Amino acid sequence: MDELDRKIITATQAGLPLVKKPYAALAEQLGIDSETVKQRLRNMLDKGQIRRIGAVPNHYKLGYMANAMSVWNVPDDKIKELGNQLGALPFVSHCYERPRFLPEWPYNLFAMLHGKSREEVADKVQQVVKLLGEYCVGYELLYSKQILKKTGLRLKAKD
Amino acid sequence: MDETDRLIINSLQGNFPICDRPYLEVAQQLGISEDELLSRLQTMLDNRTLTRFGPMYDIQKLGGSFSLCAIRVPAERFEEVTEIVNAFPEVAHNYERDHEFNMWYVLATESPEQITHTNQAIEARTGLKVYNMPKIQEFFVGLHFQA
Repeated sequence: MDELDRKIITATQAGLPLVKKPYAALAEQLGIDSETVKQRLRNMLDKGQIRRIGAVPNHYKLGYMANAMSVWNVPDDKIKELGNQLGALPFVSHCYERPRFLPEWPYNLFAMLHGKSREEVADKVQQVVKLLGEYCVGYELLYSKQILKKTGLRLKAKD
Repeated sequence: MDETDRLIINSLQGNFPICDRPYLEVAQQLGISEDELLSRLQTMLDNRTLTRFGPMYDIQKLGGSFSLCAIRVPAERFEEVTEIVNAFPEVAHNYERDHEFNMWYVLATESPEQITHTNQAIEARTGLKVYNMPKIQEFFVGLHFQA
């Protein structure tokens, strides 16, 4: 990432301009030509620095009121295979391997589950239990009670 | 939210084109006008049906360090510990969860060393053990929410 990428990122991380020629508008704002803006965005997409370009729905507004962090204890030598299968389920938004802290924290596989109700999430948990089968040593669901702080992950603009 | 809004949400969660008139291209695929697409997107952003519209950056690939951390906070100290933890600018998110591990925060710093230093400072200020759980592997990030 060079200075120009950083400028494009800080100019777009809150969103793309809602005008007919959004990339030309960005280019004008940054004092460069719009071909450069488009090329830089394509490069960042190719490198995975941009995951995707599109709309981010507010899942609460769409009725997804039950959002649980599910944590699973699975054998380390199976985690890659199981993590990929779990991440491929349509109701899982984030799926990571994280370290255990034995004995008090035995869980090594984390998946955020989303549903319209806790009953729906419970049903999805059963689907995960079935998927993991004999490799599921244990699991727990951690529902959020309140957001204590949320500033978002943003790249800071440099002076 | 009507059927057209649902169509927009369900078809625009990725693959927005990079071309001169991207809204026009998408509007034509959806069978609506460019002006209508723009005004509906603006309305859905204004009423918070959409939290944002644009590129989703993988901020970890752009540099910087992140970690999910947990603390088991005694109920009677929850408010005090929340204040201490939230005061650190490195704490980007902090959630209370329904569990013995009841505080879960995300640190965002410029370097891995700062993750360690911040957690040491939080342990010193709170007297509680911090469980630092950075991701070891990422299997999936994303989700197509059906409107």
